[in-house]
Amino acid sequence: MRPIHIAGFAQLDQVLRDTERDEAEMVQQVTAAALADAGLGRKDVGFTCSGSNDYVMGRAFSFTMAIDGLAAWPPIRESHVEMDGAWALYEAWVRLQHGDVDIALVYSFGKSSLGGVAESLTYSLDPYFLAPLEPGPDVLASLQARRMLDAGLATEADFARAVAQAKAAAVINGQVPDPLDHRVGTSHLPLRAEDGPVRTDGAACVVLRAGGGGPRISGIAHRIDPHQPGARDLATCPSAVLAAEAAGVDIARLDVAEFHAPYSSQVVLLSRVLGLSERTTVNPSGGALAADTPMVAGLVRIGEAAQAIRSGRARHALGHASSGPCLQHNLICALEAE
Amino acid sequence: MSTDPSSPKARPAVTRFKSPVRIEYEVAAGTVTSRFLDGILEGRLEGRRCPSCEKVYIPPRGSCPTCAVPTSEPVDVGPRGTVTTFSVIRIPFEGQVLTPPYACAHVLLDGADVPLLHIVGECDVDEIRMGMRVETVWADELKPTLESVRYFRPVDEDDVPYDQLREHV
Repeated sequence: MRPIHIAGFAQLDQVLRDTERDEAEMVQQVTAAALADAGLGRKDVGFTCSGSNDYVMGRAFSFTMAIDGLAAWPPIRESHVEMDGAWALYEAWVRLQHGDVDIALVYSFGKSSLGGVAESLTYSLDPYFLAPLEPGPDVLASLQARRMLDAGLATEADFARAVAQAKAAAVINGQVPDPLDHRVGTSHLPLRAEDGPVRTDGAACVVLRAGGGGPRISGIAHRIDPHQPGARDLATCPSAVLAAEAAGVDIARLDVAEFHAPYSSQVVLLSRVLGLSERTTVNPSGGALAADTPMVAGLVRIGEAAQAIRSGRARHALGHASSGPCLQHNLICALEAE
Repeated sequence: MSTDPSSPKARPAVTRFKSPVRIEYEVAAGTVTSRFLDGILEGRLEGRRCPSCEKVYIPPRGSCPTCAVPTSEPVDVGPRGTVTTFSVIRIPFEGQVLTPPYACAHVLLDGADVPLLHIVGECDVDEIRMGMRVETVWADELKPTLESVRYFRPVDEDDVPYDQLREHV
Protein backbone atom coordinates (compact mmCIF):
# COMPACT_ATOMS: atom_id res chain seq x y z
CA MET A 1 0.00 0.00 0.00
CA ARG A 2 1.10 3.53 -0.75
CA PRO A 3 1.80 5.34 2.56
CA ILE A 4 -0.74 8.10 3.11
CA HIS A 5 -0.29 10.75 5.77
CA ILE A 6 -2.60 13.24 7.44
CA ALA A 7 -0.95 16.47 6.39
CA GLY A 8 -3.52 18.90 7.75
CA PHE A 9 -6.67 19.08 9.84
CA ALA A 10 -9.16 21.79 10.75
CA GLN A 11 -12.61 21.97 12.25
CA LEU A 12 -14.97 24.85 12.70
CA ASP A 13 -15.99 25.35 16.31
CA GLN A 14 -18.86 22.92 16.78
CA VAL A 15 -21.72 25.06 18.05
CA LEU A 16 -25.30 24.43 19.08
CA ARG A 17 -26.67 26.61 16.30
CA ASP A 18 -24.84 28.32 13.44
CA THR A 19 -27.25 30.86 11.96
CA GLU A 20 -24.55 32.83 10.13
CA ARG A 21 -22.97 30.52 7.56
CA ASP A 22 -24.35 28.50 4.68
CA GLU A 23 -22.74 25.35 3.30
CA ALA A 24 -20.36 27.16 0.97
CA GLU A 25 -19.15 29.53 3.68
CA MET A 26 -18.54 26.68 6.13
CA VAL A 27 -16.67 24.72 3.47
CA GLN A 28 -14.63 27.71 2.32
CA GLN A 29 -13.49 28.46 5.86
CA VAL A 30 -12.72 24.94 6.97
CA THR A 31 -10.91 23.89 3.78
CA ALA A 32 -8.81 27.07 3.79
CA ALA A 33 -7.84 26.40 7.41
CA ALA A 34 -6.89 22.76 6.77
CA LEU A 35 -4.84 23.62 3.68
CA ALA A 36 -3.05 26.33 5.67
CA ASP A 37 -2.38 23.76 8.39
CA ALA A 38 -0.83 21.49 5.74
CA GLY A 39 1.12 24.35 4.17
CA LEU A 40 -0.58 23.70 0.83
CA GLY A 41 -2.68 25.68 -1.63
CA ARG A 42 -5.88 24.81 -3.49
CA LYS A 43 -3.95 24.20 -6.74
CA ASP A 44 -1.95 21.45 -5.02
CA VAL A 45 -5.07 19.32 -4.45
CA GLY A 46 -5.45 16.41 -6.88
CA PHE A 47 -8.67 14.93 -5.55
CA THR A 48 -11.48 16.31 -3.41
CA CYS A 49 -14.09 14.24 -1.60
CA SER A 50 -16.90 15.38 0.69
CA GLY A 51 -19.44 13.91 3.07
CA SER A 52 -22.85 15.39 3.81
CA ASN A 53 -26.50 14.43 3.86
CA ASP A 54 -29.43 16.13 2.15
CA TYR A 55 -31.90 14.92 4.79
CA VAL A 56 -29.81 16.63 7.45
CA MET A 57 -29.45 19.86 5.49
CA GLY A 58 -33.08 19.84 4.39
CA ARG A 59 -32.50 20.47 0.72
CA ALA A 60 -31.68 18.51 -2.39
CA PHE A 61 -28.10 18.47 -3.67
CA SER A 62 -26.82 20.49 -0.72
CA PHE A 63 -23.32 19.16 -1.46
CA THR A 64 -23.32 20.91 -4.84
CA MET A 65 -23.91 24.26 -3.09
CA ALA A 66 -20.90 23.52 -0.89
CA ILE A 67 -18.61 23.30 -3.91
CA ASP A 68 -18.89 27.09 -4.12
CA GLY A 69 -16.43 27.07 -1.22
CA LEU A 70 -13.73 25.24 -3.15
CA ALA A 71 -12.70 27.34 -6.18
CA ALA A 72 -13.87 24.52 -8.44
CA TRP A 73 -13.20 26.41 -11.65
CA PRO A 74 -11.56 25.25 -13.86
CA PRO A 75 -13.28 21.97 -12.92
CA ILE A 76 -11.64 19.84 -10.24
CA ARG A 77 -11.66 16.06 -9.68
CA GLU A 78 -14.32 15.75 -7.05
CA SER A 79 -16.54 13.14 -5.46
CA HIS A 80 -19.09 12.91 -2.68
CA VAL A 81 -20.49 10.39 -0.23
CA GLU A 82 -23.90 10.75 1.37
CA MET A 83 -22.26 9.74 4.66
CA ASP A 84 -19.98 11.01 7.36
CA GLY A 85 -16.77 12.59 6.10
CA ALA A 86 -14.83 9.60 7.48
CA TRP A 87 -16.13 7.64 4.50
CA ALA A 88 -15.09 10.45 2.19
CA LEU A 89 -11.63 10.10 3.72
CA TYR A 90 -11.75 6.36 2.97
CA GLU A 91 -12.62 7.07 -0.67
CA ALA A 92 -9.84 9.65 -0.90
CA TRP A 93 -7.38 7.16 0.62
CA VAL A 94 -8.38 4.61 -2.05
CA ARG A 95 -8.06 7.29 -4.73
CA LEU A 96 -4.53 8.13 -3.61
CA GLN A 97 -3.64 4.45 -3.90
CA HIS A 98 -4.11 4.82 -7.68
CA GLY A 99 -0.79 6.65 -7.64
CA ASP A 100 -1.50 9.44 -10.13
CA VAL A 101 -2.38 12.13 -7.57
CA ASP A 102 -0.62 12.80 -4.29
CA ILE A 103 -2.83 15.19 -2.32
CA ALA A 104 -6.50 14.83 -1.41
CA LEU A 105 -8.83 17.26 0.33
CA VAL A 106 -11.56 15.68 2.46
CA TYR A 107 -14.29 17.68 4.14
CA SER A 108 -17.76 17.35 5.56
CA PHE A 109 -20.40 19.61 7.04
CA GLY A 110 -23.71 19.32 8.85
CA LYS A 111 -26.21 21.15 10.99
CA SER A 112 -28.20 19.53 13.75
CA SER A 113 -29.97 22.80 14.45
CA LEU A 114 -32.11 22.56 11.32
CA GLY A 115 -34.01 19.85 13.15
CA GLY A 116 -33.90 16.89 10.75
CA VAL A 117 -31.35 14.61 12.41
CA ALA A 118 -33.45 12.39 14.66
CA GLU A 119 -36.18 12.02 12.03
CA SER A 120 -33.81 11.18 9.22
CA LEU A 121 -32.10 8.56 11.39
CA THR A 122 -35.52 7.12 12.18
CA TYR A 123 -36.67 7.03 8.57
CA SER A 124 -33.48 5.30 7.49
CA LEU A 125 -34.54 2.26 9.53
CA ASP A 126 -36.25 -0.56 7.70
CA PRO A 127 -39.50 0.85 6.32
CA TYR A 128 -41.76 -2.15 7.09
CA PHE A 129 -41.26 -3.07 10.71
CA LEU A 130 -39.17 -0.47 12.47
CA ALA A 131 -39.49 2.98 10.89
CA PRO A 132 -43.32 3.07 11.31
CA LEU A 133 -42.76 2.65 15.08
CA GLU A 134 -40.52 5.74 15.05
CA PRO A 135 -38.22 4.59 17.82
CA GLY A 136 -35.60 7.29 17.21
CA PRO A 137 -31.89 7.04 17.93
CA ASP A 138 -32.21 7.69 21.68
CA VAL A 139 -34.64 4.82 22.17
CA LEU A 140 -32.60 2.37 20.13
CA ALA A 141 -29.45 3.30 22.05
CA SER A 142 -31.35 2.72 25.29
CA LEU A 143 -32.40 -0.75 24.11
CA GLN A 144 -28.75 -1.47 23.47
CA ALA A 145 -27.74 -0.12 26.89
CA ARG A 146 -30.44 -2.24 28.56
CA ARG A 147 -29.12 -5.34 26.80
CA MET A 148 -25.58 -4.55 28.02
CA LEU A 149 -26.81 -4.17 31.61
CA ASP A 150 -28.92 -7.32 31.48
CA ALA A 151 -26.00 -9.29 30.10
CA GLY A 152 -23.83 -8.09 32.97
CA LEU A 153 -21.36 -6.48 30.55
CA ALA A 154 -21.62 -2.96 31.96
CA THR A 155 -23.10 -1.01 34.84
CA GLU A 156 -24.81 2.34 34.94
CA ALA A 157 -21.73 3.59 36.77
CA ASP A 158 -19.70 2.74 33.64
CA PHE A 159 -22.04 4.89 31.58
CA ALA A 160 -21.81 7.72 34.10
CA ARG A 161 -18.01 7.59 34.02
CA ALA A 162 -18.06 7.94 30.23
CA VAL A 163 -20.32 10.99 30.55
CA ALA A 164 -18.11 12.57 33.20
CA GLN A 165 -15.00 11.95 31.13
CA ALA A 166 -16.63 13.50 28.04
CA LYS A 167 -17.71 16.57 29.96
CA ALA A 168 -14.26 17.08 31.47
CA ALA A 169 -12.67 16.68 28.04
CA ALA A 170 -15.17 19.08 26.46
CA VAL A 171 -14.07 21.86 28.80
CA ILE A 172 -10.46 21.39 27.71
CA ASN A 173 -11.33 20.97 24.01
CA GLY A 174 -12.56 24.51 23.48
CA GLN A 175 -14.06 23.75 20.03
CA VAL A 176 -17.20 22.07 21.38
CA PRO A 177 -20.02 23.55 23.49
CA ASP A 178 -19.41 24.06 27.19
CA PRO A 179 -21.17 21.16 28.96
CA LEU A 180 -22.93 23.66 31.22
CA ASP A 181 -24.18 25.68 28.31
CA HIS A 182 -26.62 23.38 26.56
CA ARG A 183 -29.98 21.90 27.29
CA VAL A 184 -30.31 18.15 27.43
CA GLY A 185 -32.99 16.05 25.79
CA THR A 186 -35.27 13.36 27.13
CA SER A 187 -34.25 10.37 29.22
CA HIS A 188 -35.07 6.91 27.94
CA LEU A 189 -33.95 4.71 30.83
CA PRO A 190 -31.54 3.15 31.43
CA LEU A 191 -29.92 6.00 29.53
CA ARG A 192 -30.38 9.47 30.91
CA ALA A 193 -30.51 12.55 28.75
CA GLU A 194 -26.87 13.34 29.44
CA ASP A 195 -25.86 9.89 28.19
CA GLY A 196 -26.67 11.11 24.68
CA PRO A 197 -24.80 13.43 22.35
CA VAL A 198 -24.75 17.21 22.31
CA ARG A 199 -26.04 17.73 18.76
CA THR A 200 -24.12 20.48 17.02
CA ASP A 201 -23.46 22.33 13.76
CA GLY A 202 -20.05 22.36 12.16
CA ALA A 203 -17.59 21.27 9.51
CA ALA A 204 -14.24 19.53 9.37
CA CYS A 205 -11.48 19.02 6.84
CA VAL A 206 -8.54 16.64 6.53
CA VAL A 207 -5.74 16.94 3.98
CA LEU A 208 -4.27 13.58 2.92
CA ARG A 209 -0.88 13.35 1.29
CA ALA A 210 1.18 10.50 -0.13
CA GLY A 211 4.48 10.89 1.69
CA GLY A 212 5.56 14.14 3.24
CA GLY A 213 5.43 13.19 6.92
CA GLY A 214 2.81 13.54 9.61
CA PRO A 215 0.64 10.81 11.12
CA ARG A 216 0.57 7.84 8.75
CA ILE A 217 -2.58 5.83 8.02
CA SER A 218 -1.36 2.31 8.83
CA GLY A 219 -4.74 0.78 8.01
CA ILE A 220 -8.36 1.69 7.34
CA ALA A 221 -11.39 -0.58 7.17
CA HIS A 222 -15.19 -0.46 7.25
CA ARG A 223 -17.40 -3.36 8.35
CA ILE A 224 -21.19 -3.54 8.71
CA ASP A 225 -23.58 -5.40 11.00
CA PRO A 226 -27.15 -6.27 9.89
CA HIS A 227 -29.39 -3.26 9.35
CA GLN A 228 -32.11 -4.70 11.59
CA PRO A 229 -31.05 -4.08 15.21
CA GLY A 230 -32.93 -7.22 16.27
CA ALA A 231 -30.72 -9.38 14.06
CA ARG A 232 -27.75 -9.30 16.45
CA ASP A 233 -26.98 -9.31 20.13
CA LEU A 234 -26.80 -5.57 20.75
CA ALA A 235 -24.34 -6.13 23.59
CA THR A 236 -21.82 -7.09 20.92
CA CYS A 237 -20.43 -5.19 17.96
CA PRO A 238 -18.84 -7.71 15.59
CA SER A 239 -18.32 -5.21 12.79
CA ALA A 240 -16.20 -2.95 15.02
CA VAL A 241 -13.99 -5.88 15.98
CA LEU A 242 -13.64 -6.96 12.35
CA ALA A 243 -12.87 -3.39 11.23
CA ALA A 244 -10.14 -3.03 13.89
CA GLU A 245 -8.60 -6.33 12.80
CA ALA A 246 -8.77 -5.42 9.12
CA ALA A 247 -7.21 -2.02 9.84
CA GLY A 248 -4.37 -3.78 11.66
CA VAL A 249 -4.93 -2.02 14.98
CA ASP A 250 -2.45 -3.22 17.61
CA ILE A 251 -4.54 -2.81 20.76
CA ALA A 252 -1.57 -3.48 23.05
CA ARG A 253 0.24 -0.44 21.68
CA LEU A 254 -2.76 1.86 21.22
CA ASP A 255 -2.32 5.19 23.02
CA VAL A 256 -5.47 7.02 21.96
CA ALA A 257 -8.87 5.89 20.65
CA GLU A 258 -11.30 8.48 19.33
CA PHE A 259 -14.71 6.81 19.09
CA HIS A 260 -17.66 8.21 17.19
CA ALA A 261 -20.00 6.71 19.78
CA PRO A 262 -22.87 9.15 20.36
CA TYR A 263 -24.04 7.47 23.58
CA SER A 264 -22.05 6.77 26.73
CA SER A 265 -23.08 3.11 26.59
CA GLN A 266 -21.58 2.86 23.11
CA VAL A 267 -18.26 4.28 24.33
CA VAL A 268 -18.26 1.55 26.98
CA LEU A 269 -19.26 -1.09 24.43
CA LEU A 270 -16.53 -0.23 21.92
CA SER A 271 -13.84 -0.07 24.62
CA ARG A 272 -14.96 -3.47 25.82
CA VAL A 273 -15.31 -5.34 22.50
CA LEU A 274 -11.96 -4.01 21.27
CA GLY A 275 -10.33 -5.07 24.54
CA LEU A 276 -8.80 -1.69 25.39
CA SER A 277 -6.54 -1.56 28.44
CA GLU A 278 -5.67 1.24 30.82
CA ARG A 279 -2.93 2.24 28.39
CA THR A 280 -5.42 3.66 25.90
CA THR A 281 -6.91 7.10 26.49
CA VAL A 282 -10.46 7.11 25.13
CA ASN A 283 -11.89 10.26 23.53
CA PRO A 284 -9.48 12.91 24.83
CA SER A 285 -11.45 15.36 22.66
CA GLY A 286 -14.71 14.51 24.43
CA GLY A 287 -15.86 12.38 21.51
CA ALA A 288 -19.29 12.47 19.97
CA LEU A 289 -20.86 12.87 23.42
CA ALA A 290 -19.36 16.37 23.61
CA ALA A 291 -20.32 17.34 20.06
CA ASP A 292 -22.09 15.18 17.50
CA THR A 293 -22.25 17.16 14.29
CA PRO A 294 -24.04 15.01 11.69
CA MET A 295 -21.71 13.79 8.92
CA VAL A 296 -18.80 15.52 10.64
CA ALA A 297 -18.25 13.81 14.01
CA GLY A 298 -16.58 10.75 12.46
CA LEU A 299 -14.14 12.77 10.39
CA VAL A 300 -13.36 14.86 13.48
CA ARG A 301 -12.47 11.65 15.33
CA ILE A 302 -9.84 10.82 12.71
CA GLY A 303 -8.59 14.40 12.82
CA GLU A 304 -8.42 14.40 16.61
CA ALA A 305 -6.57 11.06 16.59
CA ALA A 306 -4.07 12.62 14.18
CA GLN A 307 -3.73 15.66 16.45
CA ALA A 308 -2.92 13.36 19.38
CA ILE A 309 0.00 12.02 17.35
CA ARG A 310 1.11 15.40 16.03
CA SER A 311 1.18 16.81 19.57
CA GLY A 312 3.29 13.90 20.81
CA ARG A 313 0.58 12.62 23.15
CA ALA A 314 0.35 9.37 21.20
CA ARG A 315 2.41 7.21 18.87
CA HIS A 316 -0.46 4.93 17.93
CA ALA A 317 -4.04 6.15 17.69
CA LEU A 318 -7.28 5.22 16.02
CA GLY A 319 -10.12 7.31 14.68
CA HIS A 320 -13.50 5.60 14.51
CA ALA A 321 -16.69 6.52 12.70
CA SER A 322 -20.11 4.94 12.97
CA SER A 323 -23.39 5.03 11.13
CA GLY A 324 -26.76 3.35 11.34
CA PRO A 325 -28.66 2.24 14.46
CA CYS A 326 -26.72 0.98 17.51
CA LEU A 327 -23.27 1.18 15.90
CA GLN A 328 -24.31 -0.78 12.81
CA HIS A 329 -21.48 0.56 10.64
CA ASN A 330 -17.98 0.86 11.99
CA LEU A 331 -15.03 2.43 10.19
CA ILE A 332 -11.64 2.37 11.85
CA CYS A 333 -8.65 4.38 10.71
CA ALA A 334 -5.40 3.32 12.39
CA LEU A 335 -2.74 6.01 12.64
CA GLU A 336 0.87 5.90 13.72
CA ALA A 337 3.64 8.41 14.23
CA GLU A 338 6.27 8.55 11.51
CA MET B 1 -67.16 -23.56 10.24
CA SER B 2 -65.29 -21.03 12.36
CA THR B 3 -62.02 -19.52 11.25
CA ASP B 4 -59.08 -18.82 13.51
CA PRO B 5 -58.59 -15.04 13.14
CA SER B 6 -54.87 -15.37 13.86
CA SER B 7 -54.37 -17.65 10.88
CA PRO B 8 -52.69 -15.88 7.95
CA LYS B 9 -55.25 -17.49 5.65
CA ALA B 10 -58.05 -15.71 7.45
CA ARG B 11 -57.00 -12.33 6.07
CA PRO B 12 -56.10 -11.14 2.61
CA ALA B 13 -52.40 -10.66 2.04
CA VAL B 14 -51.05 -7.18 2.79
CA THR B 15 -49.90 -5.86 -0.55
CA ARG B 16 -49.38 -2.24 0.42
CA PHE B 17 -49.54 0.11 3.36
CA LYS B 18 -49.03 3.78 3.90
CA SER B 19 -45.99 4.97 5.83
CA PRO B 20 -46.00 8.75 5.63
CA VAL B 21 -42.66 10.48 6.10
CA ARG B 22 -42.40 14.12 7.01
CA ILE B 23 -39.46 16.09 8.36
CA GLU B 24 -39.69 19.74 9.31
CA TYR B 25 -36.69 22.03 9.24
CA GLU B 26 -35.97 25.41 10.73
CA VAL B 27 -33.58 27.08 8.33
CA ALA B 28 -31.66 30.28 9.05
CA ALA B 29 -30.99 32.39 5.97
CA GLY B 30 -27.47 33.22 7.15
CA THR B 31 -25.72 36.57 7.42
CA VAL B 32 -25.19 37.18 3.71
CA THR B 33 -28.68 36.19 2.51
CA SER B 34 -30.30 38.03 5.44
CA ARG B 35 -28.62 41.23 4.34
CA PHE B 36 -29.83 40.67 0.76
CA LEU B 37 -33.40 40.12 2.00
CA ASP B 38 -33.18 43.23 4.19
CA GLY B 39 -32.20 45.18 1.06
CA ILE B 40 -35.27 43.90 -0.75
CA LEU B 41 -37.43 45.27 2.09
CA GLU B 42 -35.90 48.65 1.25
CA GLY B 43 -36.49 48.21 -2.50
CA ARG B 44 -32.83 47.54 -3.24
CA LEU B 45 -31.08 44.60 -4.91
CA GLU B 46 -27.77 44.20 -3.14
CA GLY B 47 -25.06 41.90 -4.47
CA ARG B 48 -21.58 41.18 -3.15
CA ARG B 49 -18.21 41.61 -4.81
CA CYS B 50 -15.35 39.12 -4.65
CA PRO B 51 -12.17 40.91 -3.53
CA SER B 52 -10.07 38.64 -5.76
CA CYS B 53 -11.79 38.44 -9.18
CA GLU B 54 -14.02 41.48 -8.50
CA LYS B 55 -17.12 39.76 -9.84
CA VAL B 56 -20.41 40.88 -8.30
CA TYR B 57 -22.84 38.09 -7.41
CA ILE B 58 -26.60 38.52 -7.13
CA PRO B 59 -28.15 36.94 -5.18
CA PRO B 60 -25.02 37.44 -3.10
CA ARG B 61 -22.80 34.55 -2.09
CA GLY B 62 -20.65 34.47 1.01
CA SER B 63 -17.88 32.65 -0.80
CA CYS B 64 -16.71 33.35 -4.36
CA PRO B 65 -17.18 30.06 -6.26
CA THR B 66 -14.18 30.66 -8.53
CA CYS B 67 -11.75 32.06 -5.96
CA ALA B 68 -12.91 30.42 -2.69
CA VAL B 69 -12.45 33.58 -0.67
CA PRO B 70 -15.12 35.38 1.37
CA THR B 71 -16.92 38.05 -0.64
CA SER B 72 -16.45 41.34 1.13
CA GLU B 73 -18.08 44.37 -0.42
CA PRO B 74 -21.85 44.87 -0.70
CA VAL B 75 -22.82 46.46 -4.03
CA ASP B 76 -26.22 47.75 -5.12
CA VAL B 77 -27.08 46.52 -8.63
CA GLY B 78 -29.86 47.36 -11.11
CA PRO B 79 -32.56 48.55 -11.21
CA ARG B 80 -32.03 48.15 -14.97
CA GLY B 81 -30.60 45.12 -16.65
CA THR B 82 -30.35 43.04 -19.82
CA VAL B 83 -32.08 39.80 -20.80
CA THR B 84 -29.27 37.37 -21.59
CA THR B 85 -31.49 34.39 -22.34
CA PHE B 86 -35.12 33.40 -21.81
CA SER B 87 -37.71 30.68 -22.18
CA VAL B 88 -41.44 31.07 -22.85
CA ILE B 89 -43.68 28.76 -20.84
CA ARG B 90 -46.79 27.91 -22.84
CA ILE B 91 -47.78 24.65 -21.15
CA PRO B 92 -49.85 24.47 -17.95
CA PHE B 93 -48.61 22.22 -15.14
CA GLU B 94 -49.69 21.30 -11.64
CA GLY B 95 -48.92 23.96 -9.08
CA GLN B 96 -48.33 26.64 -11.70
CA VAL B 97 -48.58 30.13 -10.19
CA LEU B 98 -48.57 32.24 -13.35
CA THR B 99 -50.91 31.94 -16.34
CA PRO B 100 -49.24 30.79 -19.57
CA PRO B 101 -47.86 32.07 -21.77
CA TYR B 102 -45.20 33.81 -19.71
CA ALA B 103 -41.45 34.21 -19.95
CA CYS B 104 -38.68 33.21 -17.56
CA ALA B 105 -35.48 35.10 -18.26
CA HIS B 106 -31.94 35.50 -17.08
CA VAL B 107 -31.58 39.19 -16.30
CA LEU B 108 -28.05 40.57 -16.01
CA LEU B 109 -28.58 43.53 -13.71
CA ASP B 110 -26.41 46.59 -14.33
CA GLY B 111 -23.38 46.29 -12.05
CA ALA B 112 -23.71 42.51 -11.60
CA ASP B 113 -21.60 39.77 -13.18
CA VAL B 114 -24.07 36.91 -12.93
CA PRO B 115 -27.64 36.94 -14.26
CA LEU B 116 -30.67 36.61 -12.01
CA LEU B 117 -33.45 34.20 -12.95
CA HIS B 118 -36.80 35.97 -12.95
CA ILE B 119 -39.75 36.74 -15.22
CA VAL B 120 -40.42 39.41 -17.83
CA GLY B 121 -43.76 41.20 -17.81
CA GLU B 122 -45.69 44.03 -19.45
CA CYS B 123 -44.81 42.82 -22.92
CA ASP B 124 -45.91 40.20 -25.42
CA VAL B 125 -43.81 37.06 -24.94
CA ASP B 126 -43.08 37.04 -28.68
CA GLU B 127 -41.31 40.39 -28.34
CA ILE B 128 -38.79 39.20 -25.74
CA ARG B 129 -35.30 38.77 -27.15
CA MET B 130 -31.73 38.30 -26.04
CA GLY B 131 -30.09 41.65 -25.36
CA MET B 132 -33.39 43.39 -24.53
CA ARG B 133 -33.09 46.07 -21.83
CA VAL B 134 -35.45 45.77 -18.84
CA GLU B 135 -36.07 47.37 -15.46
CA THR B 136 -37.20 46.18 -12.04
CA VAL B 137 -40.91 46.43 -11.17
CA TRP B 138 -41.50 46.03 -7.45
CA ALA B 139 -44.57 44.51 -5.84
CA ASP B 140 -46.87 46.85 -3.89
CA GLU B 141 -45.89 45.19 -0.63
CA LEU B 142 -42.22 44.32 -0.08
CA LYS B 143 -41.50 41.04 1.70
CA PRO B 144 -38.16 39.32 2.36
CA THR B 145 -38.34 37.27 -0.85
CA LEU B 146 -37.41 37.69 -4.52
CA GLU B 147 -41.15 37.61 -5.22
CA SER B 148 -41.07 41.25 -4.10
CA VAL B 149 -39.74 41.88 -7.57
CA ARG B 150 -42.98 41.46 -9.49
CA TYR B 151 -41.14 41.14 -12.81
CA PHE B 152 -38.79 42.97 -15.15
CA ARG B 153 -40.37 45.09 -17.90
CA PRO B 154 -38.90 46.40 -21.15
CA VAL B 155 -37.45 49.90 -21.27
CA ASP B 156 -36.93 52.05 -24.34
CA GLU B 157 -33.20 51.50 -24.85
CA ASP B 158 -31.17 49.94 -27.63
CA ASP B 159 -30.54 46.19 -27.31
CA VAL B 160 -27.15 45.08 -26.01
CA PRO B 161 -25.14 43.34 -28.76
CA TYR B 162 -24.64 39.60 -28.33
CA ASP B 163 -20.85 39.93 -28.12
CA GLN B 164 -21.23 41.81 -24.85
CA LEU B 165 -23.44 39.05 -23.41
CA ARG B 166 -21.52 36.05 -24.68
CA GLU B 167 -19.89 35.39 -21.29
CA HIS B 168 -23.26 35.30 -19.53
CA VAL B 169 -25.23 33.01 -21.83
